[in-house]
Amino acid sequence: MASLDMNAEGGPKFVGDPLKIPAIECGAMMDTNTFAAAPEHNEPLGFPGELLDNWQEVAIAKMGELAANNRAFKVYLDTCVKCGACTDKCHYFLGTGDPKNMPVARQDLLRSVYRRYYTFAGKYFPWLVGARDLTKDVLDEWYTYYHQCSQCRRCAVACPYGIDTAEISMAAREILDSVGVGQKYCNEIIAKLKKTGNNLGLNPKALAATLEDLEEDLEDETGIAVKIPLDVKGADILLITPSADFFAEPHIDGLLGYAKVFHSAGVSWTISSYASEAANFGMFIGSYENMREVSWRIRQAAKDLGVKRIVFGECGHAWRVAYSFLNTLAGPFDFLDQNYPIPQHILEFTLDEIESGNLKIDKSRNDEFVMTYHDSCNVARGSAMGRKEGGQFDVPRAVIKAVCNNFYDMERDTIRENTFCCGGGGGLLTDDLMDLRIKGAKPRMTALQQVSEDHGVTHMAAICAICKTQFSKVMPKFGYEMDNVMSVHQLVANAVILDGQETEAETATAEETP
Amino acid sequence: MAYDVNGTTVEHDEEGYITNLSDWSKELADVIADAEEIEMGEEHWAVVNFLRDYYEEYQIAPAVRVLIKSIKKSMGPEVGNNKYMYELFPYGPAKQACKIAGLPKPTGCV
Repeated sequence: MASLDMNAEGGPKFVGDPLKIPAIECGAMMDTNTFAAAPEHNEPLGFPGELLDNWQEVAIAKMGELAANNRAFKVYLDTCVKCGACTDKCHYFLGTGDPKNMPVARQDLLRSVYRRYYTFAGKYFPWLVGARDLTKDVLDEWYTYYHQCSQCRRCAVACPYGIDTAEISMAAREILDSVGVGQKYCNEIIAKLKKTGNNLGLNPKALAATLEDLEEDLEDETGIAVKIPLDVKGADILLITPSADFFAEPHIDGLLGYAKVFHSAGVSWTISSYASEAANFGMFIGSYENMREVSWRIRQAAKDLGVKRIVFGECGHAWRVAYSFLNTLAGPFDFLDQNYPIPQHILEFTLDEIESGNLKIDKSRNDEFVMTYHDSCNVARGSAMGRKEGGQFDVPRAVIKAVCNNFYDMERDTIRENTFCCGGGGGLLTDDLMDLRIKGAKPRMTALQQVSEDHGVTHMAAICAICKTQFSKVMPKFGYEMDNVMSVHQLVANAVILDGQETEAETATAEETP
Repeated sequence: MAYDVNGTTVEHDEEGYITNLSDWSKELADVIADAEEIEMGEEHWAVVNFLRDYYEEYQIAPAVRVLIKSIKKSMGPEVGNNKYMYELFPYGPAKQACKIAGLPKPTGCV
């Protein structure tokens, strides 16, 4: 690949290599720590409030319990041969140069302790096999570096044994939680969800007021009364969407897009105030019990409202939980209409509507944008979509191309199954990790700069609430505006023309006609 | 971790959000704004007052869009737009303005 200074005359200008391996910088990120959870954040999740006196004993026992109950975890700890294929696959390593952010080194922080207590060689000859005692320093090191992994699994794609660092990160966080060392960001949010039904803490009255306000906006824009129904019993479809869709930009524009699609499709749908959250941070902290409790609310809401279908909005890890785990966590969903996917992604729904010609679309309404698409890690590597293999990559692109005239993909090694994390996933989307988030976003941002340079791309679309928030915060550090990241359904909303909606073009023609 | 308001201490968390919401006063808002390197003008106060009124009614901060719509109504489109809100509160109207208004930090994927 060309270097930074070798821009070919007249050819594509080279802005940098998103895959460039940095010089090693030992300890570069050793002091980057996320805020610890207080007792009031840990206890509602079933964890000890503070570090236990006998934490060492409890942590070692927990590790043994996980290895005994989770076959994958044990295999991952036992099989690594240190081939090094994963070393340069982590965006946090590429962005920070800290060797402990190489996936193999990150895994070894835990593997070395496992070896000490659970393997023959480690018990008797620890110095021969790199086994080490679990000390407070080691525990602190776990806290630091397992909160510098976004569980995106890009490294797992590269591993010839299929070792999944995310599973090890989740296990490490579970062990930490079990001894009273939780992370504030995740645990505070899960505790809030258990109280209010969503990560934001939005109560039913506030949610209703927000949705009414958005209905007003939709009517102002289109002249049509498009509804965003809440807690409607007997609706056909229950929409489960991240609560960021009720609060943040550009997420809200995505929600308006879903509303327009449902309106045009003529289906009855509703949001639930009881399960007003798609996100499930139980996965990030590796807690099956918490993940199950969060999922169970969705089942309960679907039953209480008597819906026939469940559709998920744009949320990356939620779709992994929904697609891959929901049935075992909260199933069976035998009370839903079996003729539809259970659950279904909003993009599948929208693409079906587009392909069956039910949506009136004017692509030129997105002509001011030259788009690219960021595959979210949990969708790309933890789920599927649509009826064909690879649908999780192709369905979003098909929708974007159906509503936009200008679309270019980023470099092949940075998209689809090789996509880079946005830098804020896996429970790291917190202000106290902003430095890490900016550094971790660098590979994705460099790939974006490349495609901006080569094809004039102006905007990037995403289908994950975390990605959208992360990019709106970090893009200004890389020469973009915060609104250069868009929701896919924001593009849909721009292009869809509702039945009876007067467009500017029609109004202009009408005025010209005497 | 505490702010000092004319000799009275007001506890806050790691990020500067006050721990006890009833500790808020206009004087405290000036102290927090000072720590955030923001000089409170009429427009800043319009935002802070709206946030506090909204919070009183709904026990949560409004979506940025709702905030902007309201400010647009009361102060006109030159002030009531996203770009200007970020000029007033560079770290974002949702988080930074909430901190000054003495409200809890919005949590989640926001």
